[in-house]
Amino acid sequence: MGVEILVLTLIVFTLIAALLAVEARDLLSSVISLGAAGFALSVIDLLVGAPDLAITQVVVEVIALVLLIRVVVTRRDTSTSAPRDALRTGAVLLACGVFLAAVLFAVGGFSKTGTMPPFGEPVLSGKAAVEPGVSADYLANAATDTAKGTGAANAVTAVLLDYRAYDTLGEATVIFVSIIGAYAILRRVGRTRGGELGKGPTGHA
Amino acid sequence: MKQAGMTLIVKNTAKLVGGFIAVFGVYVALTGHLGPGGGFAGGVILAAAAVLIVLAFGREFASRVITERICHVSDSCGAMLFAAIALLGYLAGTFFVNFAPLGRLGHLASAGTIPISNLAILVKVGAGLAGAFLALSAFRPAKPNQEV
Amino acid sequence: MGIAIYLLTFALLLIGVYAVVAKKNVIKIIVGVLIIDYAINMLLVLVGYRGSGAGRVTPPILAEGQSPAELAATAVDPLPQAMVLTSIVIGLGLTALMVALAIRLHEKYGTFDMDRIRKLRG
Repeated sequence: MGVEILVLTLIVFTLIAALLAVEARDLLSSVISLGAAGFALSVIDLLVGAPDLAITQVVVEVIALVLLIRVVVTRRDTSTSAPRDALRTGAVLLACGVFLAAVLFAVGGFSKTGTMPPFGEPVLSGKAAVEPGVSADYLANAATDTAKGTGAANAVTAVLLDYRAYDTLGEATVIFVSIIGAYAILRRVGRTRGGELGKGPTGHA
Repeated sequence: MKQAGMTLIVKNTAKLVGGFIAVFGVYVALTGHLGPGGGFAGGVILAAAAVLIVLAFGREFASRVITERICHVSDSCGAMLFAAIALLGYLAGTFFVNFAPLGRLGHLASAGTIPISNLAILVKVGAGLAGAFLALSAFRPAKPNQEV
Repeated sequence: MGIAIYLLTFALLLIGVYAVVAKKNVIKIIVGVLIIDYAINMLLVLVGYRGSGAGRVTPPILAEGQSPAELAATAVDPLPQAMVLTSIVIGLGLTALMVALAIRLHEKYGTFDMDRIRKLRG
């Protein structure tokens, strides 16, 4: 019960930070609020029992903050005020979202066999003994030496690199492609670097 | 101003601490099968060490130490090592089978191909993200009187 | 309590979608995409939570002197955590790509405002 209350408090904090990030006029304040939301998410990961995720989320949050602050810090044209259109869009989105959530929970039910299992009781095994390899099997076999075992004490690593290694290959491909995309956008073909950025109107570099 | 790096205190601290952060990243990645961590966590920590060096010393100096060529080559080598482990699984049956001996639980050299895969992911993610940050930091922030 | 947690995560997703759809500044749109990413990761991690009684939480890592069967009975679900771990690093690659696009836009048009970019284009 204590964990649930802590997680709820942190989610409310993340919501407030996200609202600030979206609505702030100054771009730097908006980016820093996003950083606060990311750190709160990392603490939620730690409370829910996912230490690998907490480590990765903190470091990724710091690197993303450095990237965004570098872009924003001297190009701070403050964003224009929200026209009345934006509020109407927000209200329509909220109404659609609430309607969708209500339909989902009413039709599907909130039990172990419904749409969503209750918080704290995940559905770990398959519906029949026919499907091999779902979470209860992974947890029971990951550290053993049998034919279905991996010998790794960390079940998350065993799932990522042995039972579901194909998905990790796909993920490595996606990161590769996104980084090559970033290189391709930033490449200057046939122009000298700094030729037009280096000098301001006053002429000093 | 941004390109020349930061003050002397920051530079000395970065010199002392940068190596530790990189070694910690490699440690987290290689003991991923014994405790929390793994290839992805270690890779982003290694990239964070590279980001520290670039920010503290300025881009011109840092790109002589962490050249773009090393980043590109390491990125591709990591990806190819991971694909090679996948194809070597054919030695023991199908694609991506854990073919190496499993060893004793709790020792560093255990769990078959999992530590090798962790090393491949560490090199790939660390070098890729460091190279992307190096490429993104080539752009000077605009001077304030250049804005429209 | 469980319904409240899931509905608040869904509200975070809606805030992100609102920022992508209704904002005119490129940086605000990037912030919106990142908020959507955080909301999805949070929802996946929260679905796999399992408390092991008396307010303790057991991460899916085998401790000294614990048997695997005991781990299977009390530990948190490892499958959503594995998927979210890759998703977090992909989110960082996505941030790098979007920031590269924003830098190029600012270089060419001098502003981050989508309305002025549309007028200046061509």
